[in-house]
Amino acid sequence: MPPTTTYGKGLRSLALATTITIGLALVLIFFYAPLDAEQGFVQKIFYLHVPLAIVSLCGFVVGGALAICHLRTGDRKWDLRSYVAIHMALIFGIGGLITGSIWAKASWGHWWVWNEPTLVSFLIVLLLFATYQPLRFSIEDPERQSRYASVFSIVAGAFVPLNFIAVRLAAQYVHPRVLTLGGGQLPGSMRLTFLVSLVGIALLYATLWKYEMTAKNTRFAVRRLRRTLLGEDAVRPVGRSAAPS
Amino acid sequence: MRVVLAVLRKDLRLELRTLETVPAMVLLTLVTFVIFHFGLNRATIDGQLAAGVLTATLLFAAMLGINRLFVAEREQGGFDGFLLAPVDRSAMLVAKAAALFLFLVILEVVAVPAFALFLLGPSLGPALPGLILVLALADAALAVIGTLVSAIAVHTRARDLIGPVIALPLLIPALIATARAIGPLLAAHGAGSPPGRWLAILALYDVVFALLAYAVFDFLLED
Repeated sequence: MPPTTTYGKGLRSLALATTITIGLALVLIFFYAPLDAEQGFVQKIFYLHVPLAIVSLCGFVVGGALAICHLRTGDRKWDLRSYVAIHMALIFGIGGLITGSIWAKASWGHWWVWNEPTLVSFLIVLLLFATYQPLRFSIEDPERQSRYASVFSIVAGAFVPLNFIAVRLAAQYVHPRVLTLGGGQLPGSMRLTFLVSLVGIALLYATLWKYEMTAKNTRFAVRRLRRTLLGEDAVRPVGRSAAPS
Repeated sequence: MRVVLAVLRKDLRLELRTLETVPAMVLLTLVTFVIFHFGLNRATIDGQLAAGVLTATLLFAAMLGINRLFVAEREQGGFDGFLLAPVDRSAMLVAKAAALFLFLVILEVVAVPAFALFLLGPSLGPALPGLILVLALADAALAVIGTLVSAIAVHTRARDLIGPVIALPLLIPALIATARAIGPLLAAHGAGSPPGRWLAILALYDVVFALLAYAVFDFLLED
C-alpha cells in the first residue's frame, strides 16, 4: 500500500493556484469589468453563475468518462473518482441553480423562467443526477453498487448533451441570447473577466475533487492500519453508504 | 436471435397466463383520463393540451410496465437461469425491450380510442397515421430506457421508488418531443402533419439510447 502522503500530492500547489486565480477573478470582476448598461451591478453574478454551471456540467460528463474507465478496468478506484466527480458537480450545480435564480429575479423579475432553454435543461440534468446517490444507497453489495452506479453515470453523462439539444429546440426564444458559451457577444474586458472566473471555478472544482479524494483515501488507509494493529474487532464495520468504501 | 425470440415468447406467454401487467396499465390509463376530465374541468380537449394529457397518461401507464418488467426474473430466479445458459447477454435487453414495446402497443390500441371517446374534441381519423408514427417512436424510447432503468432498479432495495425516479428525468426529452409532435395532430381546426424536427429528435433519442443500452447492459447482468 502506498503511504498516505502520495494521495495529497500536488494538493497544496493546486489550492494555491485556485486561490490566486479566484482572487484575480474577483479583482477583475469588481474593478476591471465594466458595469452592464442595462442590468447594472447585478450582472456581475454572471461571472459566478455561468462558470459554476459550466463546470458542473463538465463534472457530470467527466464522471461518466471515469465510470467508463471503471467498467473497462474493473478497478474500484475509478468508481471512487467518478463518485467524487459527480458529488462535487452536484454541489456546483446547486450553486449554479441558486445564483441563476437570483440573477433571474434581479434582471427578469421572476425567480424562475421557463423560456430560457439553458435553465430548463440544467434543471432536468440536476434532477437526473439527484437520483445518483439514492440509487447507490439502495444497493447493498459494494461491488454491485459501484458497477450499477457506473452504468448510471455513463448513461446520464451521455444524456447531458442530448438533453440540451432537445430542450433548446423546444423553447421559443423570448430573451435575446446574450450568453453564448464562448462569450461571443461580450466586449473584450468582460470576456477576459469571464474566462478568468471560469478557470478559477474549474480550479476550485479540481482542488475540491483532489481534497475529497485525499480525505477518502486517507480514511481507508487509517482503517486498514487500525485493523492491522488492533485486530478486526477494534474497527467498527462501515454502515451502508452511498459512497464507495 | 433465437434466444431473443425464446425470451420474448416466454414473457408474452407469462403475461397471457397471468394477465398481470397490461390490464393494469389499461385500467390506469382509463382512470387517469377520468381524473384529467375532472382535474381540467373540461368535456373535450384539443391541440397541445390533449397531446400533453395523452403523453402524461401513457407515461404513467408505461411506468407500471417498467416496474414489473424484471420482477419475475429476480423473484423466480430467471436471471440465474439466463446467466447459466451459454447465450449472449444482450439478448435479454432486446427481448425485454421488445416485450415492453409490445405491451405499450397493446395498451395504446385500447387507450387511444378511449382517449378519443372520452376527452378528444376533434375526430381521431385524420390524425391517426401521424399519431401511429409518433407513438411508435415514443414507445421505442420508453421501451429502451424503461428496460435499462428497470434492470438497474430491480436489484435495489427500493426498486419501486428508484425506477421511476431515474426513468422520468431520462425520458423528459423524449416526452417533450412526443407531446410537441402530437400537438399539431390533435389541433381543433383539423390535423396537421407531425413536425419533422420532433420526429427527428425522437428517432435520434431512440438510436442513441439503444446503442448506449446495448453497450452497458452486460454489466447489469454480471454476477
